[in-house]
Amino acid sequence: MGMTMSQKILAAHCGLESVKPGQLIMADLDLCLGNDITTPVAINEFEKAGFSEVFNKDKIALVMDHFAPNKDIKAAEQCKQCRQFAAKHNITHYYDVGCMGVEHALLPEQGLVTAGQLVIGADSHTCTYGALGAFSTGVGSTDLAAGMARGKAWFKVPEAIKFVLHGKKNPWVSGKDIILHIIGLIGVDGALYQSMEFSGDGLAELGIDDRLCMANMAIEAGAKNGIFAVDDITLTYLKEREKMLPTVYQADDDAEYTAVYEIDLAAVQPTVALPHLPENTKTVAELGEVKIDQVVIGSCTNGRLADMAVAAQILRGHKVAPGVRVIIIPATQQVYKQCLELGYLADFIDAGCVVSTPTCGPCLGGYMGILADGERCVATTNRNFVGRMGHIGSEVYLASPAVAAASALTGYISAPKA
Amino acid sequence: MISKGFVHKYGDNIDTDVIIPARYLNTANHQELAAHCMEDIDKQFVQRVQAGDIMVGGFNFGCGSSREHAPIAIKASGISCVIAKSFARIFYRNSINVGLPILECADADKIAVGDELEINFDCGEIHNLTKNETYKTEPFPEFIQNIIAKGGLLDFLKS
Repeated sequence: MGMTMSQKILAAHCGLESVKPGQLIMADLDLCLGNDITTPVAINEFEKAGFSEVFNKDKIALVMDHFAPNKDIKAAEQCKQCRQFAAKHNITHYYDVGCMGVEHALLPEQGLVTAGQLVIGADSHTCTYGALGAFSTGVGSTDLAAGMARGKAWFKVPEAIKFVLHGKKNPWVSGKDIILHIIGLIGVDGALYQSMEFSGDGLAELGIDDRLCMANMAIEAGAKNGIFAVDDITLTYLKEREKMLPTVYQADDDAEYTAVYEIDLAAVQPTVALPHLPENTKTVAELGEVKIDQVVIGSCTNGRLADMAVAAQILRGHKVAPGVRVIIIPATQQVYKQCLELGYLADFIDAGCVVSTPTCGPCLGGYMGILADGERCVATTNRNFVGRMGHIGSEVYLASPAVAAASALTGYISAPKA
Repeated sequence: MISKGFVHKYGDNIDTDVIIPARYLNTANHQELAAHCMEDIDKQFVQRVQAGDIMVGGFNFGCGSSREHAPIAIKASGISCVIAKSFARIFYRNSINVGLPILECADADKIAVGDELEINFDCGEIHNLTKNETYKTEPFPEFIQNIIAKGGLLDFLKS
């Protein structure tokens, strides 16, 4: 029996010729990631277990992004604990205020992940790096502690669902619309414990930022990881920031899948997920007039340059609707600087938006745009659970940057005019 | 190992944001986290829960974020076991890693709020003492049993 891309990467990292779904393996890690929320718990476990050294100071990335710049005294204490741990163990890839960005935008941008690698992160959206042809998955803090100490993690080899993308996408449709469409199709546990493997001629339509967005939300379908077939678009992106050579794995022709979905990109329309689950999807055209109080454009899902470019294109020369607060958060310092150089920041400010330094902030209801009771937000983020962005009586609609920007101008959920 | 207690019942897709809202993730203190467990869907839970009680959910329990604070908050609130029809995978992993027993059970919807359960982890049986019913579950695979027997993942790796 053939293997999927994910199974091949797992086999290569536990020294086996082949692995089978359901098999438990102990695998060697190429990178372990933690943030300012999950790392303190990992440090406590690491120290409680009596470890004194990390397995490899170059294979750990710690990013202060969730509640940083520090939102309050307790957040400051947590970042301080991470900072001291990073200094003590001489962690190479420690990112603090001034160089940090939202972790899953930052690591690919900085060239810390490449095709064929095995990556864990104590953050559920670690599945993002599958866009580059890596096996990457979210774990908890104890797994991070073990990874930092021994460079290993245990896995149950997953089955996979295959998504074959065909055709050309419509104007203003992005990776976000496609992944929301897919989550609407299979549900929030539709890929539970499994890999979501993306391939097909439709990949040519998707830039890396679209793919990062789609792999990012694989967890929203319950998946263990999302992974894209590696093509020239991937290899060009990796070469521009090459720190390590990629290893390209292809799924075998006779690899087994629990299901295969053919996705016609031309059939995907601007799509939103209604409160309070990412599977509650509708096209914008199916919605009535849904009035909004706030718009957030940013996050590990949609805070990259392509996202900012679309938002700037729509907002440029226009004014935000009265009564709507628009918060734009470029995900990294580099994206922020590119927005400055390309004039996007001026476009945003002239339109009446506020632009923030990189942070996860409002996405998880941390700070920088918390909602009051009864308020409604269109966000390019990834979750719309009860209370996710603030009061339990508030609502989050998940959308693409194009829909978020168009909605900012009309004051209700809208797609850009063709 | 045996666990015995009364049931706190929830529905499908109980996410980690309602188990422990992100606004409280500025601490890793177990008791502080426990004080806010489930508050966004069940404000009285922390007043009601007694040591040994059992939490029961539907499909996809623990979906969402990877925060280990979620099983930590549940365990520190006094809950001795979580039973659900299915679990989100990171939550499942984290629960084992922090030593919170967790059982997948197809009959979870037969269990009602307030039922008294006795769970035998060795044979994977759940006895509903209120309804006089018994439900079978899959015992943990040997690999997981070894992690639990060593007292958690880190001790397992050190050994």
